[in-house]
Amino acid sequence: MDTLFRFFSFDDANVRLVTLGTVLLGAAAAVVGAFAYLRKRSLVGDAIAHAVLPGVVLAFVLVENKNPLALIGGALFSGWLALLSIDGIRSYSKLKLDTIIGLVLSVFFGFGIFMLTAVQHSGLANQAGLDKFLFGKAASMSPTDIYAFAGLSALLLLLVTLFYKAFKIVSFNRDYAITLGLPVKLSEFVLSTLTVLAVTTGIQAVGVVLMAALLITPAAAARSWTDRLLIMLLLAAAFGALGGLVGSFISYSAPRMPTGPWIVMSLSFFALFSLLFAPKRGVLAKVYKQRKNREKIITENLLKALYVLGERQGNPQCLITEKELKSHRSFGLTEFPLAIRKLQNRLLIIANGSGYRLSDTGLTEAARVVRLHRLWEMYLTTRMNMRSDHIHPNAETVEHIITPELEAELIKELNRPRKDPHESEIPYN
Amino acid sequence: MRQTALEVHNLTVSYNRKPVLWDVDFKLPQGKIIGIVGPNGSGKTTLLKTIMGLLKPDSGYTEIFGSPLTNVRERVAYVPQRESVDWDFPANVMDVVLMGRYKKNNLFKRLSREDKRIATEALEKVHMLPYANRQIAELSGGQQQRVFIARSLAQQADLYLMDEPFVGVDAATEERILALLSALREAGKTVVIIHHDLQTAQAYFDWIVLLNTRLVACGPMNDVLTDKHLQEAYGGRLNLLTQVGELLGQQRFPIRERDFDDKK
Repeated sequence: MDTLFRFFSFDDANVRLVTLGTVLLGAAAAVVGAFAYLRKRSLVGDAIAHAVLPGVVLAFVLVENKNPLALIGGALFSGWLALLSIDGIRSYSKLKLDTIIGLVLSVFFGFGIFMLTAVQHSGLANQAGLDKFLFGKAASMSPTDIYAFAGLSALLLLLVTLFYKAFKIVSFNRDYAITLGLPVKLSEFVLSTLTVLAVTTGIQAVGVVLMAALLITPAAAARSWTDRLLIMLLLAAAFGALGGLVGSFISYSAPRMPTGPWIVMSLSFFALFSLLFAPKRGVLAKVYKQRKNREKIITENLLKALYVLGERQGNPQCLITEKELKSHRSFGLTEFPLAIRKLQNRLLIIANGSGYRLSDTGLTEAARVVRLHRLWEMYLTTRMNMRSDHIHPNAETVEHIITPELEAELIKELNRPRKDPHESEIPYN
Repeated sequence: MRQTALEVHNLTVSYNRKPVLWDVDFKLPQGKIIGIVGPNGSGKTTLLKTIMGLLKPDSGYTEIFGSPLTNVRERVAYVPQRESVDWDFPANVMDVVLMGRYKKNNLFKRLSREDKRIATEALEKVHMLPYANRQIAELSGGQQQRVFIARSLAQQADLYLMDEPFVGVDAATEERILALLSALREAGKTVVIIHHDLQTAQAYFDWIVLLNTRLVACGPMNDVLTDKHLQEAYGGRLNLLTQVGELLGQQRFPIRERDFDDKK
């Protein structure tokens, strides 16, 4: 608790700096990565991340120090070269995009590692710490580094704001944007440059290997919660920033803990949480929806069974024993008591001794299901020319999903038939 | 003939170095609903994409209202095939229709109230206004098609090029689209539509371009949809032409000789 308080008081200038740096770069990488995610080019971010390594080492060899601007320049250069290679190979060969990405990534990265090893054994002064680009080391960033990267992140966010509409239309419908005469090539160039820049800033903190996570994970997490692009970008930025904050905090409170991997860990946690618990798109929401559907199907089937059995005895509301119900149609072992309980709670059926009967509201509901079933059977025989002994299974499912609007349309189109194809009465209200 | 809306001059376009369109040449009048009709793989979409500047022709050119596309972009609206985009994109119906108002000179600005009014009216015309705030993935195929048409209407163009707007739409949507097309024609606009269903082509179009890799016929509907022409367009590909095309592709041969200038 005390650590938490001390961390968030930001008294320590170094903590302040590192946190500011990681938060800004987390947000910037997330926003830029969101567009890569939407353009289904997630892997391109990974390729760029690996491909900047030779540029960084080359820049170091040229200026012989770790001046952040020089290193950014070098990264930009080889990142761009990698992008051009990907696009070039794509238009001049028949290779698939994932093959090309794998090819470019490994060639550039291999070359980078080769140069890095050569430099490390060259005895050049100042080379110590160059290998931090591999795995990142946020805590060791110098104030100059952090000012440079914070400035860069701010610039990234500004450019995305400016190009918001352009990125949006290019991501959704590139061809259409071209027909409007919009500067599509320019927008793509800017977006690619922003990706390279985001990668360049990010690898300081998390390294080449984990960089793709910083770009893509916040976007994937944000997409689960919203269907609006603007909100998705803001959410992704928030996740990215929060990831930076959590990473800095953990490495502050446990000094032997690395910042970068913890940023990625917390981002992955956000993504996992979102995939599971987001409303509508989350796994849990889907499971819940399936359960609800299942429940609707068995309760409606039970109502229908009561109705049909009663109908045979001349009164749909007459008492039906459990035995009669179970011999009429098979219910799952746990499903039957569940359906009975649900229907009793909703006061649609009334238990009486060893049997059940439909209440008045239950009758209305049961008649609705029977009506939909028989109307749909009519529709199948008259409109789809299906034989009357083939239509039952289809109608068994469809009866549960027909909405009141579709029902009205169905009645109108069939001219309110009195009987179904099996000569059973269709009950109307 | 009234003023020409679209001229396609001796157009040859290839895909993977194999010609998909061979020396296609025709002119289309203004104020008509025009169908581009032909079997699958006959180059209909390629033709439209080339006219819209999305593909580069190997030879020949196209002109719209007598000028190259770049001079008259704001007078042409394009409706791509519905399947050409990912409808799971995070956007709602209004977002997509508003894209029809994006222009070179407002791309970095906010859209004006006037832009929003135009987009709203476009949605109203395709009877989709109640769905303005709906996420686009939740729409039916016919509704998505109408959103694309609304987006093109929002461009307030004079020439509309639509790629298969009737594919996968229900009967009610089809009727609405047809009514809309007639209204555009009344307003003097020209609509060019890619269509593959011969059954309905007769009822839909005033003018028809019959295509199968090469131009088979172009003219008023009754003159074009004759048994002779249809036999020519649908009776299989020209064997020799196909073979020459394959050969050009395999040998990586240039489609046109280098010093050829087709403006002469």
